[in-house]
Amino acid sequence: MIDTCLQPLLASVSGSTGALAGENAIKINLNFIDFSILFVYLAFVIGIGFALKKYSKSAEDFLLSGRSIPGWITGLAFISANLGAQELIGMAASGAEYGIMTSHYYWVGAIPAMVFLGIFMMPMYYGSKAKSVPDYLKMRYDERTRVFNSVSFAFMTIASSGISMHALAQLLNFLLGWDYNICLFATSAIVLAYVLKGGLSSAIYNEVLQFFMIVLGIAPLAYLGLKAVGGWEGLVAKLGESHMHSWAETGTMDNPLGVPWYGIIFGLGFVLSFGYWCTNFAEVQRALAANSMGAARRTPIIGAVPKMLFPAIVILPGMIGLALTQNPTAGSYAIPSTAEGLNYNLVLPSMLNHYFPNGLLGLAMTALMASFMSGMAANVTAFNTVWTYDLYQGLSGGRKTDKQLLTMGKYATIGGILLSIGFAYIARSSMNIMSLLQLVFGFVNAPLFATFLLGMFTKRSNSVGSFWGLLIGTASAVAFHGISLAKGMTPGIKGGWITPYFEFPKEMSQAFWVAIVAFVVTFILNAGLSLATKRTKTDAELGGLVYSLTPKHHEEGGSWIGRPAVCGTLVLLAVIILNIIFW
Amino acid sequence: MDLRLPIGIIFTIYGILLTGYGIFTRGSAIYQKSLGINVNIIWGAVLLVFGLVMYILAKRSEKS
Repeated sequence: MIDTCLQPLLASVSGSTGALAGENAIKINLNFIDFSILFVYLAFVIGIGFALKKYSKSAEDFLLSGRSIPGWITGLAFISANLGAQELIGMAASGAEYGIMTSHYYWVGAIPAMVFLGIFMMPMYYGSKAKSVPDYLKMRYDERTRVFNSVSFAFMTIASSGISMHALAQLLNFLLGWDYNICLFATSAIVLAYVLKGGLSSAIYNEVLQFFMIVLGIAPLAYLGLKAVGGWEGLVAKLGESHMHSWAETGTMDNPLGVPWYGIIFGLGFVLSFGYWCTNFAEVQRALAANSMGAARRTPIIGAVPKMLFPAIVILPGMIGLALTQNPTAGSYAIPSTAEGLNYNLVLPSMLNHYFPNGLLGLAMTALMASFMSGMAANVTAFNTVWTYDLYQGLSGGRKTDKQLLTMGKYATIGGILLSIGFAYIARSSMNIMSLLQLVFGFVNAPLFATFLLGMFTKRSNSVGSFWGLLIGTASAVAFHGISLAKGMTPGIKGGWITPYFEFPKEMSQAFWVAIVAFVVTFILNAGLSLATKRTKTDAELGGLVYSLTPKHHEEGGSWIGRPAVCGTLVLLAVIILNIIFW
Repeated sequence: MDLRLPIGIIFTIYGILLTGYGIFTRGSAIYQKSLGINVNIIWGAVLLVFGLVMYILAKRSEKS
C-alpha cells in the first residue's frame, strides 16, 4: 500500500513520467545477462509459490498463513510490503529536491509508529485472534464500524495496487520501451500465479526475497555515487547548507519541506505515520502471520532496523544526483530536465543507468520490478482476506465452511488482480483521478488511528462514538481539504473547492493539517459520544481487546534483547541519535 | 520450507552470473560508467558469499 505520508509526493511520480513521454530522456539498454537475471528472478518467485502450495490447503493457511511464520521473515516482509518502487523513486526524488529532510519520512514518519505498534498494539491485535483489522473493529466495537473500515480499506488497497501496477508499466515503457499493456498483464499474471498457488505465505516469502533484491540491487549506487561526488565531504561542499540539515531550519516554515518542526512531529510523526503503520491491514497482516506473540510484537521492530538504514540507499543517491547536477564536469551525471526544471522523479533510474554496467544494471532493474511486485502482492493478499472474512462471511451473517472460505479467497485473489488492472487503466487515463484516489487514502487513515487509540487504550469508547467519529471525522478531512489550498495551486483536486480559505506554503503542509484536523475531530467525537452514551460492551467482552484488560505478555526463555520493550527502545534510541547526527 | 534455502540459491546463482560476466568482460569499456571499477566481479563476489551463507544456515538448521 502506498504510504500515505508520500501522498503529495507520489501524485507527481506517474504524472511526470507521463509528461516526459515525448522527451528524449534516458533509454536503458539491457543485454542477455540482464535478461538472465530477470528470468531467474521470475522463475524463483513463481517457484516459491508452487513450493508453498502444499501449506495452503485451508482458508486459514491461504489467507492468514495459519500463524506459522518466523519473526525475522514477517519483520522483513513488513517493510517490504511498503517498499514499492514508488517509494524508492519517490525518496530519491525527494532527496534531490529537499535534501536530508527527506529522512523525516523514515526516522520520524515510520520508526516511532512501528515501535509503538509492536510494543503496545500487537498484544491486542494478535491476542484477540482477529483475522484482520476490520475484524478487530467488529470485536471491539460493532458491525457498522467494521463495515466502514472493510469497504474503505478494500477500495483503497485495490486502488493502491492498481496505481502501483500503472506506475510500473509506465516506468518500464518509459525506460525500456516495453509495451505498457504487456508489462501490466505480464506482471499481474506473475503475481497472480504465486499468490494463487501459495497464498499469503508465498506473498510474504517473496516479499523477503524482494527486500534482499532491492537492497543488494540498489546499494552499489550509493557507493559509486559517493565516489563520483568526492565522498561525504565532497557532497557537503557541493550542496551547501540547504540540503544538509533535517531539523536546523524547521523553526519556521521557511525550509525545503515548508513545514515547521511541530508540523513534522505531530503531522508526519504522529497522525499520518501512526495512521498508516498502525492500522493498515496490508502491514498488520504480516505481523499477524507470525508464529508467536513474541514474534508478532517483534515484527515491526525488526522491520524498523533496515528501515532506519534505507536513507543511505535511496535518499543519499538523490542528494548526490543533485550535487553532481549543480557542479557539472565533462561527462558527469546530471538529473534529466524538462522545460519546467529538473525532473526529480527520474533521479534513481537515470543514475542507475549512468553508473551501472550491464550485469549490475540487470540486477538493479530486476530489483525495481521486484519492489513493485511486493507492493502489489501485499495489497492483493490484504484485499482477499478482508473480502473473504469481513465482507463475504461478515455481511452474510452466517459462518461459512472452510471450503467456501477458501474458494472465495481464491476468487477474491483473481478478482482483486482484475480490479487492480482496471484501476491501473483509470490511473493512466487521468492524473486527476489518481490524485483523487491518493487524497482518499489521506482522509481515511487519520480518523482510523484516532479510533484505534481510543479503542485499544480506553474501555469507555463505544460503538456510537466509533462509528460516528469515523464517519464525521473522515468527512471533516474532506471538508478541510475543501477550504485549504497550497500556494500556487488552483482550486479543485488540490483543495480549496469550497473556498480556499487557508493557504499553505506547500502541499505537504496542507496534507499534514488535513490529517491533524481529521484526527482531532474523530478523537473528540469518539470520546465525547462514548461518554454521552452507555457502554456497549462489558469488561468481560473487551478482554484481550483493550490494553488494560489484556494479560501482559511474558516470553519463556528468549534473550533479554528480544523483549519488545527492550529492542523497541534500542531502535528508538538509534533513531534519535541519527536525528542528532543529521541535525 | 526454510526461506533461507531459495534465497541462498538465487543469490549464489546471481553471484556466479555476475562474477562470470565480470571476468568475461574484464577490462572492457563498459566499466567506464562505473568509474573504472569492475563492479560485476566485486558485487558478484559479495552476492555469492551472501548466497552461500544463507544456504549453509538453512542446511545447518535442517540437520538439527
